[in-house]
Amino acid sequence: MAEKMLEVQNISINYGVCAVVADVSFALEAGKIIALVGANGAGKTTLLKSLNGALPTSAGEIRLDGKRIEDYSRREIARRIAVIAQETETKFPVSVLEFVLSGRFAQPSAALFGWESETDLRVALDCLELCDLKNYVNRSMNRLSGGERQRVVLARALATRAKILLLDEPTANLDLAHQALLFRLIKERCENAETAAIVITHDLNLASEFADEILLLKNGSIIAKGKPETVLTGEYLQEVFNVKVLLDENPISNKRRVTTIY
Amino acid sequence: MKIQGAQLKVKGSRFGVGLLILLVAALLVAVLLGSEKLSFFELTDEQNAILFDIRLPRILLGATVGASLALAGASLQSLLRNPLAEPYLLGVSNGAALGTMLAFIFFAQSEFARPMMAFAGAGLATFAVYQMAKSRTGMNVERLVLSGVIVTTFLSSILVLLTSLLDSTKLRSFTFWLLGDLSQGTKNGFYLTLIIAAVGTIVLSSQARALNLMMLGERDAFDFGVEVGKTRLIVFTTAAALVGTSVAASGSVGYVGLIVPHLVRLSIGSDNRLVVPFSALAGAIFVVLADTVARVTIAPRELPVGAITALVGAPLFIYLLKRN
Repeated sequence: MAEKMLEVQNISINYGVCAVVADVSFALEAGKIIALVGANGAGKTTLLKSLNGALPTSAGEIRLDGKRIEDYSRREIARRIAVIAQETETKFPVSVLEFVLSGRFAQPSAALFGWESETDLRVALDCLELCDLKNYVNRSMNRLSGGERQRVVLARALATRAKILLLDEPTANLDLAHQALLFRLIKERCENAETAAIVITHDLNLASEFADEILLLKNGSIIAKGKPETVLTGEYLQEVFNVKVLLDENPISNKRRVTTIY
Repeated sequence: MKIQGAQLKVKGSRFGVGLLILLVAALLVAVLLGSEKLSFFELTDEQNAILFDIRLPRILLGATVGASLALAGASLQSLLRNPLAEPYLLGVSNGAALGTMLAFIFFAQSEFARPMMAFAGAGLATFAVYQMAKSRTGMNVERLVLSGVIVTTFLSSILVLLTSLLDSTKLRSFTFWLLGDLSQGTKNGFYLTLIIAAVGTIVLSSQARALNLMMLGERDAFDFGVEVGKTRLIVFTTAAALVGTSVAASGSVGYVGLIVPHLVRLSIGSDNRLVVPFSALAGAIFVVLADTVARVTIAPRELPVGAITALVGAPLFIYLLKRN
């Protein structure tokens, strides 16, 4: 069995008296992609935020490489876990390259006075190229479209070289080609570099294509988890989304395909 | 592809050298101009006294005060993700002014009570504004500016009350001092602002890379390894010390922290590893020049230097607010 990179044991997260995440357990193994699926307000983002310590848990334990997450410093966590969240705009003029280089903050700096080293620069430029942003290097972040920004955010996360990627709706602003590019990139990373990813997505078919495991969340609890074809069933989807779906198989990938019936 | 690192450093060092030359030039101009025009060569005894006992100490104080205020502005802007954050506009300067005034009333003999209490006042005002501006969803530009206005006007009213309780000869000098006035500085005041400005430059430069991430968002900074709480505490404390010592020495010179970092960012971009130290240099130049204008415009009488900086700063503030 593959090594467990991230282990979540019975965690609960409360906002005041109300439990947003209740008694959730799962493990993330090297090379795997887990998709977090559920209705709006099911607690997906809250759960994801707790995984790198951004939100404190009220019960349970999160273990990173076997050690409790509280025992790591911020930099140590940032070297192991990279986050792709919905980006807020900045009021200051920042170039695409500067933005991606900020992802190298947690790396021990080889250069003097906190300047990035040649390695940092090379990694950043590689990641920009991977994300189809080669010609954007000196562009200003404030002049990019939502989808372009989202790719820069991905490039910055990749530039950390972290082994665990947490992605909160990474495809929200992306066109079809770049949605596929993003998932292919993440899949490749996971297969080649012992990386693992947890992705929040509303696109059930993308989840079905790329995830090794789906966690279906309802009111903060996991009501189903497992391979896409065992979780994406009419019964569960009816329970979570209250919609009827047509289920069949994608003729090319042979993966489960979900079509909403309106 | 050699961009960033190398290129930015080359650009940065050129800009730095340029600023140093400008600073020397500004200091020379400031020395030569004034109600008593001085020449480089023959000086009478009286002119010697004017130069070394009055003018030079004042010019040097202007330089350290300018550096301090610009440093505080540049770092607060990045920390609060708001190009409009400025010690004077946030009420931090007024907090320091109130501290100075209380020290003047209660500990008139102790010269160091003034900067100490100014530091405390600046710190408390910073804390108050931050708590008011913060909300569950974050901190937007308007909320921060409004909180600053509230703290500023509240502290102003206390300051006005206190000045009206003082007798009339002291009143005039206080009114001047409140607007920012370099003529009442002391030697010790200068040494203290010099030390704090130097330490402040080093401390804030050490936080520059963390500030680059804070500038993009607190959540981002946290996710990518910045100890957000620690950085915030360091920057707030350092800014309060910078503003506190400046105000204790020269009153509330406004808008320096707004104008200077803005011009620096226009010239070399937003990277705080350059913006922070260069704001210190540019702030020194700006206040030295502004004070020269204040000294010569209606010579032999003088204007408070704060009136000159506000004259430049207020229109810029409106422009930045509109652009937001």
